[in-house]
Amino acid sequence: MKAGHLAASAALALVAASAASAQSKELTLCWAAWDPANALVELSKDFEAQSGIKMKFEFVPWPNFADRMLNELNSGGQLCDLLIGDSQWIGGSAENGHYVKLNDFFDKEGISMDDFAPATVYAYSTWPKGEPNYYALPAMGDANGWFYRKDWFARPEIQAAFKEKYGRDLAEPKTQKELLEIAQFFQGREIDGQTVYGASIFTERGSEGITMGATGALYAWGFKYENTPGKYDMEGAVNSPAAVEGLEFYKELYKTATPPGYDNAYMEQSLDAFKSGQVAMAMNWFAFFPGLYADPNVGGDKIDFFVNPAQNVAASTLGGQGISVVSYTDNMDGALAYIKWFAQPEVQKKWWSMGGYSCHKAVLEDPGFKDSAPFAGDFLEAMNGVQDFWQEPAYASLLLAMQDRLHNYIVADQGTAQEALDGLIADWTEVFQDEGKL
Amino acid sequence: MTNPIDLAARATPAPVSRRIRGLSDRAIAWIFVAPTIFLLLAINIFPLIWTVRLSFTNYAANKPNAEVKWVGLRNYQRILTDDGIWATMQTTAHFLFWTLLLQVVIGFTLAWLINRKFRGNDLLTTLIVIPMMLSPAVVGNFWTFLYQPQIGLVNYVVELLTGTPASSFSMLGPGGLAPWSIIIVDTWMWTPFVMLICLAGLRSIPDYIYEAAEVDRASKWRQFWTITVPMVLPFLMLAVLFRGIENFKMFDMVALLTGGGPGNETLLTSIDLKREAFEKWRTGYSSAYAIILFVTVFGLASIYVKALNKVKER
Repeated sequence: MKAGHLAASAALALVAASAASAQSKELTLCWAAWDPANALVELSKDFEAQSGIKMKFEFVPWPNFADRMLNELNSGGQLCDLLIGDSQWIGGSAENGHYVKLNDFFDKEGISMDDFAPATVYAYSTWPKGEPNYYALPAMGDANGWFYRKDWFARPEIQAAFKEKYGRDLAEPKTQKELLEIAQFFQGREIDGQTVYGASIFTERGSEGITMGATGALYAWGFKYENTPGKYDMEGAVNSPAAVEGLEFYKELYKTATPPGYDNAYMEQSLDAFKSGQVAMAMNWFAFFPGLYADPNVGGDKIDFFVNPAQNVAASTLGGQGISVVSYTDNMDGALAYIKWFAQPEVQKKWWSMGGYSCHKAVLEDPGFKDSAPFAGDFLEAMNGVQDFWQEPAYASLLLAMQDRLHNYIVADQGTAQEALDGLIADWTEVFQDEGKL
Repeated sequence: MTNPIDLAARATPAPVSRRIRGLSDRAIAWIFVAPTIFLLLAINIFPLIWTVRLSFTNYAANKPNAEVKWVGLRNYQRILTDDGIWATMQTTAHFLFWTLLLQVVIGFTLAWLINRKFRGNDLLTTLIVIPMMLSPAVVGNFWTFLYQPQIGLVNYVVELLTGTPASSFSMLGPGGLAPWSIIIVDTWMWTPFVMLICLAGLRSIPDYIYEAAEVDRASKWRQFWTITVPMVLPFLMLAVLFRGIENFKMFDMVALLTGGGPGNETLLTSIDLKREAFEKWRTGYSSAYAIILFVTVFGLASIYVKALNKVKER
């Protein structure tokens, strides 16, 4: 009987050991489900070949990405060994111990943050902001940009009609107000027997859409979160006259130059509107631009790209993410090995060539970079002026408050821009008081 | 014929049989009931008590290392003085009132019509109940397309009937139509449920009562108000109770259709509570919010059940 017990225990131990070994030979990387994620799957095959570690991927659609991943982190889940999380999550994930601090690892492996574009290191890696405490490696640079139907813009009859109306040539807008004029010009126009509209912009309410869209205008007008960085003194910054004007502008753009029923639209809807030939211009993240350029119907010669136009300030809304090691991983060595592999300049170059937006200077400062894609120059320009939402641990509460205030004003027509921004300060003040920061 | 209980008793091994024989009926009853009570305590009662406790703290589930402070009634006070939450309550009340009213009126009317004998009666009943068999997620996505201003059927029909351009209004967008749009979808989906319950009530009325009324030369109108309505009323009230509780916690369908928007026009309490609890991670605050909603539903349901019992006793 004892011999039987012993044999059973030995078999169990063997099974457990082989399971653990199999686990250490696997890594799960979590990210949003979009074009760059598919490119990363391809890129990671090189890592698999070199390391012998099998890569698994968990990609979640954008509308559910934050919910799903933050729940995973907050519950200490072991689904993800590596996470390419949004820039705004870094404060909470660092303070709550979800991400591994990578400074010692970077020192040991000779990975220098000086090799990456400073704006991306600041936005994707550091907490507290600007301090040399790194919780992620910049993985995917991104900003909100614009694209338009170059073929429509080039048509002589459209050019003539535009010049007659506005007294200037129809071209890529240099300011937000020019953008509005162009969008209004196209709104309801007949092109090839189809009614088309001005622009598809972000108006989504549930996650972050309308905030990411409207801040494109707000930043361009000079909106700031605080008067003094780190002091949470929002009065006069968040609701400055320039910010009010920027918000009124975005509402006008929505009301006068977007397709009908465009009241809850984000990335997917913007892409759909453009690809179906409904709109002359659209905003979206640079991450989608390679796919758009390759689109057989609206890509190639028919499309061109431009950076978010300035008004008072040249500024773009930051997107993009860093790659972090999740503290709850049971394959820490494997996860760190992936980071080490991913940080190599050669891998970063391949990443860019496959559709990922590298943040490595070896890629961005390459003399041929600007001409490597029709949107590469715009990407560089945008990344030089990016501004991001709060990255505080309470970012979700701050974001939801802004989503509510903006959607109520812009889409649901409630109150004025001044009231929306004043209310936003009240909401944010309450959040910071709860957090003990005010 | 041998009694199966006797057979089972004979098949029971002697030691077990002796042990059971030593137990009282009460003890045996407890043995059978205990697992259920244990599960009830573990799954319902304990979380409820825990939620009450959390509602007096500033606990945030996403900050496991943060100090949990006792805040007394602060969470309750903040909720009850929050204009936004009262607006959400009003939106929920509006949704509840109109969905219940429409479902009762249409459901009862359909049941009354279906209750008549005619050819194809069974087929029609089956067709009518199809919407309630669908998943709310499917219904939400399906109606999102129907309500789409440019390609949706609803706007197209409105244009056809009234001449209003289809793309000039959005059923789920600004302009005040969104609250009515979610009422329409819920009514479409759940009226068959009310109809089925009413139908059960109508079919439970014995024919001889109507025959006696005919003998007394009571008009159809009088028969309807003095026989049909009173006898179906307990069934109808039961349907209202079920639908009321369900709609008070309505989440999935509305979340898919509007996400609470535009602005906060369709922000129901369940959606708001989910945001507080699992997006903002204000666990203590949202626990207080949940307790307030629980007390509200429990209180209203208790009053309603008492009224229902009185109607049944009549």
